[in-house]
Amino acid sequence: MSLLPFCEWLAATAGSIALHESLYMYPLVESVHVLTLCLFVGISVLLDLRLLGVALRQLPLTDITKRLMPWMIGGFIVMVVTGVLLFYAIPVRSYQNVFFRLKVIFLILAGLNAWTFHRTIYTRVDQWDRDARPPGRARFAGAASLVLWACIIIAGRMIAYNWYDCDIPQSPFITWAAGCTPRES
Amino acid sequence: MDLLAFAEWCSSTRLALLISESPWAFAVIESVHLLGLSVIGGMVIVLDLRLLGVGLTRYSVRDLAREVWPWQNLALVVMLTTGVLLFLSEATKCYYSTPFWVKLRTLMVSMPFLYTVKRTIVFAHAPAGRTTGAIVALLSLGMWFVVGASGRWIGFSG
Repeated sequence: MSLLPFCEWLAATAGSIALHESLYMYPLVESVHVLTLCLFVGISVLLDLRLLGVALRQLPLTDITKRLMPWMIGGFIVMVVTGVLLFYAIPVRSYQNVFFRLKVIFLILAGLNAWTFHRTIYTRVDQWDRDARPPGRARFAGAASLVLWACIIIAGRMIAYNWYDCDIPQSPFITWAAGCTPRES
Repeated sequence: MDLLAFAEWCSSTRLALLISESPWAFAVIESVHLLGLSVIGGMVIVLDLRLLGVGLTRYSVRDLAREVWPWQNLALVVMLTTGVLLFLSEATKCYYSTPFWVKLRTLMVSMPFLYTVKRTIVFAHAPAGRTTGAIVALLSLGMWFVVGASGRWIGFSG
């Protein structure tokens, strides 16, 4: 199953064209997307450092999550909305961009990491809430989150480069990874 | 030597040419610059929120400042190092870029402000008054927002 027809349909909608061709809207949306990194990723870094037991060691973990979660959720919503708009503006090229695809994979892994953490070790958080050095599984979740979000940021930044775009000749591997289709000419 | 000549000299250094002639160096440095942005932004926001009486209020301002300060400094070192490299590789373009000058001038205020005014306030033995804390936090947030936003805008011009 390919999402390419859907992306092609999306690219032909008036809103997508307007956003793509806008002089200020697209850069504005992208700036908000980048600056919200500070709010969302910046605060999750602090939370991950607490999970690793290297920052905020005197605070119970649940106190940090309770107080910072509203800000992180707010940041996450802005990230998703602006991210969807950026995709909406350039659907086909994004869909066929290896870095965009990598970013989606890393995002899924980050989601799985958070989900697993909440379903396992975090259900017993009352037993280690005040530990300056949380248990191994919690430290692993913190480290994995730091690495994955760094990968997400790097992959996200690289989407801007056209090194592996389908409209220039690519190796068979990239052609497969980017989902390039034979061009009509 | 005027600034344009200086910028042109920067662009012609070996290091600058190494970056600007490499297909991927700029992209990699830029990515690390963004990683630093996330960390410094987070640390600044968390401490400024605390000054506003929001967020990690179980810690005193001073205790929280002690926690975030080293990470903030580390991130700033990463930001400055990668920032200088990015500038070198396109110094002449920066010279003609209004957002670059906005960013540089704001940095000239925001960095001294961070290491004098804000540092004094957050590390003071006697906690600052609510109003003083709030003013410092809002100034800090405002200045760093301008630095970040104008920084992003350098890439859109030219």
